Formats: sequence, structure tokens, C-alpha cells
Amino acid sequence: MDPLEAIKVTFFQECEELLADLEAGLLALEEGTGDAETINAVFRAVHSVKGGAGAFALDALVRFAHVFETVLDDMRSGRLAPDPEPVKVMLRAADVLADLVAAAKAGNEDEDVRAPALVKELEALRLGGEAEPEAAPEEEIEGLDFTPVAIDFAPAPPLEPEPAEGRFRIVFRPLRGLYAKANDPLLLLRELERLGACEIACDEAALPALEALDAEESYLGWTVLLSTEQDEAAIREVFEFVDGDCELSIVREDAEPQETSPEPEAGGVDIESLLRSMTAEAAPEVVPEIRPEAQPERAPAAAAPAPKAAAPAAPTAQATIRVDLDRVDRLIDLVGELVINQGMLAQQVAESGLARSSTISVGLDELEQLTREIQDSVMAIRAQPVKSVFQRMPRLVREVAALTGKQARLVTEGEATEVDKTVIERLTDPITHMIRNAIDHGLESPEKRAAAGKSPEGMVRLSAQHRSGRIVIEVSDDGGGINRERVKQIAVDKALIPADAVLSDEEVDNLIFLPGFSTASTVSDVSGRGVGMDVVKRSIQALGGRISIASQPGRGSTFTLSLPLTLAVLDGMVVSSSDQTLVAPLTAIIETLKPRPQEVRRLGPNGLVLAVRDAYVPLIDIGLTLGWRSTPLDPGDGVALLVETELGGRAALLVDGIHGQRQVVIKSLEANYQRVDGIAAATILGDGRVALILDIDAVVAARLRASLPSEPPIHQLAKAS
Amino acid sequence: MSDMSNPGLGERRELISFRIGAQEFCVDVMSVREIRGWTAATPLPKSPAYIRGVINLRGAVLPIVDLSGLLGLGQTEPSPRHVIIVARIGMRMVGLLVDAVSDILTVTDDLVQATPDVGCETVKTAVKGILAIDGRMISLIELESVLPELEAEAA
Repeated sequence: MDPLEAIKVTFFQECEELLADLEAGLLALEEGTGDAETINAVFRAVHSVKGGAGAFALDALVRFAHVFETVLDDMRSGRLAPDPEPVKVMLRAADVLADLVAAAKAGNEDEDVRAPALVKELEALRLGGEAEPEAAPEEEIEGLDFTPVAIDFAPAPPLEPEPAEGRFRIVFRPLRGLYAKANDPLLLLRELERLGACEIACDEAALPALEALDAEESYLGWTVLLSTEQDEAAIREVFEFVDGDCELSIVREDAEPQETSPEPEAGGVDIESLLRSMTAEAAPEVVPEIRPEAQPERAPAAAAPAPKAAAPAAPTAQATIRVDLDRVDRLIDLVGELVINQGMLAQQVAESGLARSSTISVGLDELEQLTREIQDSVMAIRAQPVKSVFQRMPRLVREVAALTGKQARLVTEGEATEVDKTVIERLTDPITHMIRNAIDHGLESPEKRAAAGKSPEGMVRLSAQHRSGRIVIEVSDDGGGINRERVKQIAVDKALIPADAVLSDEEVDNLIFLPGFSTASTVSDVSGRGVGMDVVKRSIQALGGRISIASQPGRGSTFTLSLPLTLAVLDGMVVSSSDQTLVAPLTAIIETLKPRPQEVRRLGPNGLVLAVRDAYVPLIDIGLTLGWRSTPLDPGDGVALLVETELGGRAALLVDGIHGQRQVVIKSLEANYQRVDGIAAATILGDGRVALILDIDAVVAARLRASLPSEPPIHQLAKAS
Repeated sequence: MSDMSNPGLGERRELISFRIGAQEFCVDVMSVREIRGWTAATPLPKSPAYIRGVINLRGAVLPIVDLSGLLGLGQTEPSPRHVIIVARIGMRMVGLLVDAVSDILTVTDDLVQATPDVGCETVKTAVKGILAIDGRMISLIELESVLPELEAEAA
């Protein structure tokens, strides 16, 4: 059971890739950028899913894939034009197929409720085309219906080779050395039979008369006509171990059957006549056994159709490998340690007073460079294109548009932009939610759009790009923009802001990020799932990112996410407070400034505020907050970091000094200890000592709780830029 | 509690003994990963006083527990002569700051006596039992009790 389960896992992994290819191909067809090869690729994807599903007896999946495939075959053979209408139906069929795969993966074999309707639609496409009466595809389909993957194991040799299969003529002539190395052609021919239906003919033309026969010489050759879904590489693999000990030619020929039929017959007859003319002990080969032997062979082969399911991945195996993520993470950990160690070494050498030009220093510089390169390369292993997230969105747009009665088109850009795998995984939900919102709340109904002089079809743009060491993702729509009056009214109704609050446009826009804010008056099926933009914002911040919004009435809104490329390293500002070295995440720091005495004001019994231009922000003594000193630092002696917190509020953190910026490797405190309030994580600095990474939000929140308990969060928000 | 630290009665086990002030303690040698000299620790904010902070153990962040402080014997003023015993507790690693490591004892479980009640809660939770060896009294430390949060987790 276990090996089969493992193969099943591989099958579902491949299904994901195949489904992605399928959707990408169909989208290309929809846009009119597809060609014959695109249609072929789409067909192959569905066919492979069906084949694998057949192997695991996933009947619902096979049935649906079969109908889908039939229509695609019509399109492939030109009986159905790849017009937008049928392609749209196919896109929805692809969605259902993906659902069926997901259901099968979850072990739920129930028929999808939408499947029968789409089967009808797909069949209607076929009727619309003139395909129906043709006999040939029907026959081939019957062949497929009967255990699609095991077609080559069917008791009777298949008469109609399936179109997706390749037909290969393999001429195999062993040399003397092949037998000398104890190889047996019979085994090789059996291997070929595993790849697909074989018609094997023996060529005994070189066979001398019995008296002239050298028992160790090789006289026989075989011509095999193989119908297989595999490619040439898979066939060559069969002969891998006899490479050089045989003459081998493999020619792909998608030939008509009649060319092949006489040959095996001739072969068969010839073998028999050969048999008659030979004494058994002189025969160098047990050629006649091939056919009878092959029959019983079929049963075990059919019982393990597993290699077939895994097969489609074989051609790509040269380019990529699947690696357990744990191994990559271990490598990343080790490289992190290497970086730390290298830094420690460099610092020690520097402290030892060696000249910069000494060979040791020069060697260390080179080591540093190498270390950096290794680190970048290792990080690149975890980096993946955002495509895996983006390609889920077209479907979402179709479904949400259908649910809301709007017309929407998704445009994606920068799908190849790479970012850490963990970041990608945690991006899906926020992006999904933002796109839902863009259609549900952003885009207007077709009538309204027409009235406003816009195209009835709204556009949602999803783009990704690298910008100064971060990935920036934008979700924008060309809808009506944020209805600020309404947003403000809702915030007032929900007591999120006082009724008389005076807010700038930007501040109003930012209200939608407040917990408990939802503009939908009723909880709709689409956006209202109990989570709002506050959840999106929190999940982005959990990734060390920021979210911002720009909206123009009548022109649409743009949400911009800015995220770090990896969660393993962080750009930090190294600061000191009460003799302790700390790292403050650079993303939260807006600016640093040296407070002048007249800019620091007292507020309340022990609260301090700092005037930053015209705004007063709370001034927080880090050493005091973390309990490292009991008497406050004179603000004039320290440096203030102006930071922005999650809620968009600002604060100034007072530290003793700044020691520069550095990329640091993030180390968990929880691994061996526990969470510490005010500390996000730890890192190891060049001197080998542990430095703590500040959790700026927690520090600010702790300080605010202590000194400004009455201030509701909205005031911080209102103060934000 | 792992099976390793709790073999059947009468089974031989090895303990590593160490000194804090004038008292002797020991832990199961199987849970000890390494012994290293004192290196300055980075203090953690808002932690119990006996948590000396964290150090870098080949890239891992290791919390250091001042056993003397934990047992109420007074805060240790660490010097380079002090020793850190790196021990594994469940999935975590912890460094125990002690004065000096003495020796390795081979004992059987039946030699472990119950901890006498001295009216001290800390001793009750932190000391699993008492060993009498050659006139020395050695307290067997309950490792699960040394990290603040771990008691609940180990239960």
C-alpha cells in the first residue's frame, strides 16, 4: 500500500502542475495567443490527468476528464475552432477538473455538482462542431474508456493506437559483447513492452547454416514497433545498460497501422520457420519465447501501473529535482552559521592588528565574498516565482465576477518575480482576499460602468516586481474608488472614530484596515467571510511587509504590498541601549534623528513626547521599557528612531547610539526558550554574541499601555502620514 | 520525561555531578550534550532573574539558567572559571550555569532516595531525589523544572 500511496502523492503533485499548464494554455487560447502546440499541450495535460486518475481508479475524475479530453481532441484535430466561447466553457471545465482532483486528493470521490452541467456544455460544443458522427475518434475513445492507462496491457493488442501516443520503430541488433556481458535481449524487449504496446519482429537474415554457427556470435536482430506515451529518452533508458554493445536506432513514426502489420506477421512466420529449421540447443537466443512469455508478464505489470502515472514527469527530470524542504532549510541554517562564523573570524583578525594588506586579511575578504555568494545562491533555492499564486487568480476572478454579476478581466504582470517559498505560501490568502474585494467592492456593475463612460468589463490588475530588495505586489482595479463618505459613516456607526473626527482622504482610506470594519452592508458570499482588510494587513505585517492604499474617486483603487524577499534574513539597524546591542527591523524605521532638548516635551506624569516637525509622537526609552535600566536616559544623550507601527501609528524609540545597518540572520528564541515580550527574535552578530531583534510593535504597545492608556488606537492612525 | 532518563529500577545509570557553592547536584549524563566554559550571555528582558540570558551555541540561541539562582542559593557572579552544562530537555537545549563539574557517578535507581521535605517549594520541584555516595549528599536535578514554561509542557 505504501509505495502506491507514495506514487499517488506524486500523481497529485503532477496534477497541480498539469492543471496549471492547462489553465495557462486555455488562457493563451482565450487571448488568441495560442497556437496548435498550445492546444496540444492543453490536450496532453487533460490526458495525463485522466491517465493517472485511471490508474488509481478515480472514476469521477476519469469520466469528466474523458469528456473534456474528447472536446479538446476535436479542437486539436481542427473540428472545433479555438474561439473564445468554447474556450470559456473549457476554462470552467478546467476549474471543475481542478476541484475533482482536489476532491480525489482529499479522498472524496463524490461527483462534483457542477460536473454534470459542464459535461453537457462540453458535449454541446462537440455537437456544435461537426464531430459527432465520425467513427474513428469514437473507437479510440472506447479504447480509452477501457482502463486508459493500461491500454498496452489489454489482452488483445490495441488496433488503434491512441493519438497522444508516439509510435517508434526501434531496430535493435545486439553485438557479440552484449551476450558476453550476460545481457539478455528478451529482458530488454520485455522492458519495452512495459512502455507500451509492442509489435516485435525478429530479423534472422544474418543467421548462418547450423554447421557454420558460432555459439557465441550474435546473429539476430529485432525490429520493434512500439506505441507509447513515453518519449524517446524513456526508450533509450531501456537500452542504457547495453549501450555500445548493440546497434540501436529509434525512429519516431506516427505511422498508419497497415505499414506495421505485415512486418510482425512476417516476423512471426519467420520465427516459426526458423524454429523448424533449427535445433533447439544451437539457437543462441530463445527468441520464440518472447511472445508466449510476454503474456503472463502482463498480469503483474497491469497490477502495478504506477510507473505510468509517474511517467509524465520524466522528461522534465533533467532540468529540475524535487528536494525535501527540510534539507534546503538545513542548508540555509548552515550557511547562516557560516556567515556568522566568517564575521567573527573577520572581526578577530581585525582586532589582532594585522595589516589590511596581509595575506590573511586578503584571504578573509575573498572568503567573505564567497560566503555571500553561497548565501545568495542558497536563498535562491527557496525562491520561487509568484506565478504559483498568480495562476490561481484567474479562476477566482471568473467565479467572483459570476457571483456578483460583474464583468471582470484579470491582467497579471511580473509572474516570474521570485520570492521566498514561505512568503509565497502566506501571500495566497491576502491576495485572494484583495482580489475578491477589488471585484466585489471596487468594480461597479456593468450598467454603472457604462453610465460612467467606461467599458462594461472592469479590469483588475495584479502585478509583482522587485524594488530595492523587496517584492512589491500591487492589486488595482479601475472601479469607482473608495467611497470615502460611506467609509467614514461606517466607521462612525461602528464607533471606530468619533462622529466629529476630521480626517484627510488618506486617513479615511486607511480606515478600512481597522479591525471590525467591513463596508458590505450584508455579509455577501464573496467578500464577507468574517475577515476584513485588517486581517490582510496583519498577515502582511506578520511577513514583515507593509500595505498601503491609493484611491481616486471614479478611477479605482490600488493596494500596494511591500514584502521582504525572505524570512530568513532581515535588514536591521544595529543600535545599543544600556550596554546591550539590539537590532531594529529597518522596515519599521522611517528616520533617525537626534532629539534636541526643546523638542522633547513632558506629557502626563512620566510620559515624554518628541516633536517631529509638527507632529508629537510618544518618545519611548528602550532601555527602560525592556527593564535594562531604571533611570531614564536623557533624550539629549541618545538617538531617536522614528518608527511606524502596525496600526500606522508613530513613535520615537530612544536608544544610546546607532552602529550601522546590517543584514542579520534571524534565529528563533522559541526554539530553545520561549517568546519574550518586546523581542521578535534573536540574531548573532559579528562578535559571536547573541543580539535581540526588537519587536517594535510590542515595545510601542507595551509603552503605550503603560503611559497613555486612554488613547484609542484611531488617534494614532489619524496621526499617520 | 523521556524513557532514557527513567530506566527500570535497579538499572545502572550514569550521572554527572557538579557543584554549586558547597552543595552537590547531578543530572543524567544521557541528557548532557556538552560542557563549556562561561561566555557572556545576552540578557533577556522581562525574564526571571535566574535566566541569565542567551548565548550563541554554534548558531543556535541557547538560554542559560543560573541553577544557583533557581534553587534559591543566590545569584551567581559568573567568571571564566564557571561552567555551562548544555543539556537537552525534550526538544529544547538549555545551558545550566554551575560552579564546577565534579565527576561521573554510576548508580542504580534504587540508590535514589526521596527528597526530604525541607519546606521549600523550589527544592521540591527542582530536586527529583537524593543520592548518598561516600558520605556525599548529591541532589538529582529534575531537568524539566528548570525552564519556566516547560513544567506544563512536560506533564
